[in-house]
Amino acid sequence: MSLIEIRIHGRGGQGNVVAANLLAMAAFEVGRHGQAFPNFGAERRGAPVVAFVRIADRPIRRRCQVQTPAYLIIQDEALLHVPGVTDGLLPGGGVLINSARPAEAFDLRDDVEVITLPASILAKEYLGRPVPNTALLAGFLALTGMFPTDALIKVLGHKFRGEVLERNTHLIREATGRVPAGHWNKETAHVEGA
Amino acid sequence: MLKALEGSQAIAEAVALCRPQVVAAYPITPQTHIVENISKLVADGKLHCEFVSVESEFSAASVVLGAAAAGSRTYTATASQGLLLMVEVLYNIAGMRIPVVMTCANRAISAPLSIWNDQQDSMAARDAGWIQLYCADNQEAVDTTVQAYRIAERTELPVMVCMDGFTLTHTLEAIDIPEAAQVDEYLPPYQFSRRLDPARPISMGTLLSPDFYPEARHSHHQALINAQAVIEEADAKWASLTGRAAGGLLTVEGPEEAHIGILVLGSVLGTLRAAQAEYTDAPAAKLIKLRSFRPFPVEALKRAVAGLTDLIVVERALSPGHGGIIGPEVRAALTELESAPRVHNVALGLGGRDVPMDIYPRLLALANEPLPVRFAVLDADLSKLPEEDR
Repeated sequence: MSLIEIRIHGRGGQGNVVAANLLAMAAFEVGRHGQAFPNFGAERRGAPVVAFVRIADRPIRRRCQVQTPAYLIIQDEALLHVPGVTDGLLPGGGVLINSARPAEAFDLRDDVEVITLPASILAKEYLGRPVPNTALLAGFLALTGMFPTDALIKVLGHKFRGEVLERNTHLIREATGRVPAGHWNKETAHVEGA
Repeated sequence: MLKALEGSQAIAEAVALCRPQVVAAYPITPQTHIVENISKLVADGKLHCEFVSVESEFSAASVVLGAAAAGSRTYTATASQGLLLMVEVLYNIAGMRIPVVMTCANRAISAPLSIWNDQQDSMAARDAGWIQLYCADNQEAVDTTVQAYRIAERTELPVMVCMDGFTLTHTLEAIDIPEAAQVDEYLPPYQFSRRLDPARPISMGTLLSPDFYPEARHSHHQALINAQAVIEEADAKWASLTGRAAGGLLTVEGPEEAHIGILVLGSVLGTLRAAQAEYTDAPAAKLIKLRSFRPFPVEALKRAVAGLTDLIVVERALSPGHGGIIGPEVRAALTELESAPRVHNVALGLGGRDVPMDIYPRLLALANEPLPVRFAVLDADLSKLPEEDR
């Protein structure tokens, strides 16, 4: 595996930075190199926020923003109306959108693939709060087959215990089953180097 | 132990391993998560120290000045406007030769208001008489934090550990946190030779007449020059214990036959390293990481540029009305050489402007200029400005 770059778009309060950090920490759990960092604007609830993740088998040296991601994770589908959200997405790349609507409802580019997952609805059901990040990460890991979703559960185990961890674990299992497993397991959208 | 941590969290853990007895900090913007994490360690009973949450950075610096003078190992952190508010006290800490350690999470200065990364803040405190060490990544920042206490306490000079705000402080990555036993072996308990003690009364920072003031200033200057050997020793000793060096005064990497060099301070180095591997058609170049900006390592720099025809000095700040800050210092240091390289000087990444991979070929292209580039803000788009400001 070469370097995989991911951009996560969300809104302040949706756990965007947490999502990026969790993904990089999960990579660390399975012995890969992960780098996560936010692109802060004004720090307030509801404002569009972006976070970046890089995953590689080698130490990651570059610290520039992710301009040409292989994958986008969109925590709020309304953000797709904001200009620039899909900019730089590599041909053959994938877009995972938090939405109850089918993928066909999103008219992006012909050379990228959209998958939807009703992450907020699932989170409301399992956690009692519509925070979509964990379900989206589970779906993303299942789609890419990058590493097992158990790595994500392990990372959450460092933060939560008891019932909260149990609910998150159930949510992760549910979200994992909602996407075609290994469907994005391809090297086309990856870039060389680190 | 290797951990996946945000830079700020790693620094908090590194500071805790150094067993500070007094930590004072202003807790609000432009503060980073560093002191938030330290206060949590104190609240959780994992770090036994006096944590003083003060009402301004001026007070934060004043508290650590007094506490260190009274014999406590101390720590504070700030950035940007917070550092500027500290400056008066920073000169006092240095002038009294108090071994304080602080982190500057480098950020831009207002106005215009910017919360993002550049290095204008620590450059504004350049002449305060502190040792300034710049970190290329979070591992170096952790290792330099521990080293800073050894350097400060051996030289009786304060040390500012400069790490790029956001680019390092807010980035999560794998960081090797040293073992407590390693740090304890490296850092003996703090002993201050001039500790304030009622049984042995002394005064610090008192009025000094013109009969002695110039000598005091000269001795401070000489102490910083002499600190170079201590900085190198501290890094070598740390490397012998952990297997990791943080770069002494400066480091040079890249092919021996290269005639072009790029000199940087801080985290831009990582992107340039990655770009060097990616732009395989680019001319060979050496990357020079200037870790110690104060003291300025003139002799080490002269050795580092041997064989270069062009040296591109990259900075993340500027001196309006003149140009660069580091560039002119490099030029001055190299005047004594018989065959000095041409020195090009640019600023980039000001106020958080992203420093992309393709900055590397743009930097190398400067070597093709018929005359050395005296100074330019390389990534500024001048078409955004009215004609008279270009």
